[in-house]
Amino acid sequence: MTTDVTKTGAAARPGLLKRIRNSDVWWSFTRSKSAMIAAVILAVLVSAAVFAPLIAPQNPYDAAQLDMWKAELPPIWEPTGEWPYLLGTDTQGRDMLSAILYGTRISIVIGLFSVVLSLLIGMTAGLCAGFFGGVVDNLLMRFGDITLSIPTILIAILVSTVVRQMLPDDLREIGAAAVLVFAIALSSWVQYARTVRAQTIVERNKEYVQAARLLKVPARRILAHHILPNTLTPVLVAATLNFGMAILTEATLSFLGIGMPPGQPSLGTLIRIGNQFLFSGSWWIVLFPVIQLCLLVVVVNILGDWLRDLLNPKLR
Amino acid sequence: MTAMTSHKTSALSVNGLVKTFDVSAPWLNRVVERKPRQYLQAVNDISFEVPLGGCLSLVGESGCGKSTVARLVTGLYRANGGEMRFAPGEDGKPLAAQMIFQDPYASLNPRWRVKNIIAEPIRELKLRNTAAEIEERVVELLKTVGLSASDGDKFPHEFSGGQRQRISIARALAGEPRFLVCDEPTSALDVSVQAQVLNLMRKLQDEFGLTYLFISHDMSVVRHMSDRIAVMYLGRIVEEGETEALFAKPRHPYTQLLLETIPNVKDPHRDRVVAGGEVPSPLKPPSGCPFHPRCAMATARCSSELPAVRTLAGGTRVACHLVTDE
Repeated sequence: MTTDVTKTGAAARPGLLKRIRNSDVWWSFTRSKSAMIAAVILAVLVSAAVFAPLIAPQNPYDAAQLDMWKAELPPIWEPTGEWPYLLGTDTQGRDMLSAILYGTRISIVIGLFSVVLSLLIGMTAGLCAGFFGGVVDNLLMRFGDITLSIPTILIAILVSTVVRQMLPDDLREIGAAAVLVFAIALSSWVQYARTVRAQTIVERNKEYVQAARLLKVPARRILAHHILPNTLTPVLVAATLNFGMAILTEATLSFLGIGMPPGQPSLGTLIRIGNQFLFSGSWWIVLFPVIQLCLLVVVVNILGDWLRDLLNPKLR
Repeated sequence: MTAMTSHKTSALSVNGLVKTFDVSAPWLNRVVERKPRQYLQAVNDISFEVPLGGCLSLVGESGCGKSTVARLVTGLYRANGGEMRFAPGEDGKPLAAQMIFQDPYASLNPRWRVKNIIAEPIRELKLRNTAAEIEERVVELLKTVGLSASDGDKFPHEFSGGQRQRISIARALAGEPRFLVCDEPTSALDVSVQAQVLNLMRKLQDEFGLTYLFISHDMSVVRHMSDRIAVMYLGRIVEEGETEALFAKPRHPYTQLLLETIPNVKDPHRDRVVAGGEVPSPLKPPSGCPFHPRCAMATARCSSELPAVRTLAGGTRVACHLVTDE
């Protein structure tokens, strides 16, 4: 095994960049303008979110840095705008740009973790249902059907409220993000489970799996080494598209007041807060978080669509 | 069992093999539509022997149960009845069977490198201990089937159908079997490539003393490969005998019909007997002889009584009321 690994590793390492640049994916990427633009915007948004503490003029979580005298300042291009509050401030003197950067960070992290968690749940359920069939299949998939028959957001509300009530008081603020991840994951795993199950049933009956069975390879290893890698493509596309959906679900929950608390606002929380000042003329408090959220979701969806078209053999 | 095979040892003897599939509708549909359970009799009381170091071919139309027999023999399906006995190998344990599959595009995992595909049986069966030994063995196997050592680093999609079938053969050989079940290994290939793969398989048979259970619907391929032929129809063997005897004098009307289908270069426009009707559904097999609805010579007895399998003088076994021992 060891010689095997070092050999391929040595052969692959010097040419990795070259291999990427020679691949179909890269070729298609350089020929899709929308995908390239989306990727650039996403890169900017993500790096701004990641490096928020370095870029942001203010730490919006630190109450000591907030200045009540600077509350409700308009953006800098308005006559009463002030440096360094580029996008203005909210009613507590919180710099909107900083709040948005930190909020994007929370939104992306929650989106990412909830997609990963629901992938784990969905793929395990789908693999077991498809491979073992029979009662296991029926139980898992009927449970999935029930989940699907309830609107996603309702399940998320249900789960997050129940879990939050189960947490002790002092953990609620800290655990808010984890609760959200859990709630979103539990409401969106079915799609992965169905995709993986369908693909597993196709692969299970293929002859290479029968060849492995002839060798009495244990079921767990057949699933992990033979079937799982061949079900990944459609699932990864679905995951990319669902990343956008997860961010939206998180924003919706936060907007409804059961997501991130105002102390550590995500984009949804910012929109909820800003919503209250829309009619008092302070439009910037709601507009900029909305633009940021839209941009993030649209860009992720464009990339997901591109990936789906690329990996769909029927469209090639 | 028969006069011809008794003086040779057989690698595999199968006796009264039965396989039934439950093809009933789901429980809810059955209850709502008041349908009974349905069973498909895929293999019905089949007996044959594969001579050690030889090749027995199973032939027949699609859906006659050939592939089911292959999967029963390798253990992918569990039989509902009958018995199978592999002869003990040199180590005293029963011979191990490996399989070569029909579709060279589905039989290799598309995400594995060829060397890992071929190494899988070696690793799973622990036939070699160190990574170096495994790699050495993989290269040896690649060369045995006519590929080069560098092909091991490629993925299956980089090969043609014939090459993939060679990889498939290499994988089967990697398990160091004495017995190979070949389920229509050439039916998905071009005619020119078919010949190469078949010749390779014959060469390997001589080299490693392999025993083949060969499954095909192509009579010319079968003639090239086999020592004995068993003709299947609707889950039963209707005729079984030495290849040349069977080609020279087919006894069962269905065998005669099958031999008619072979194109003849010398006489391409000869008058052929065209098979009337279709293969009946195995869900509702006809009464009596399963072939009687399509048989030109069928009598009243054929539609009521299942013909018993009889062994004729030349060692051919046949299941037909009309065949007389002469």
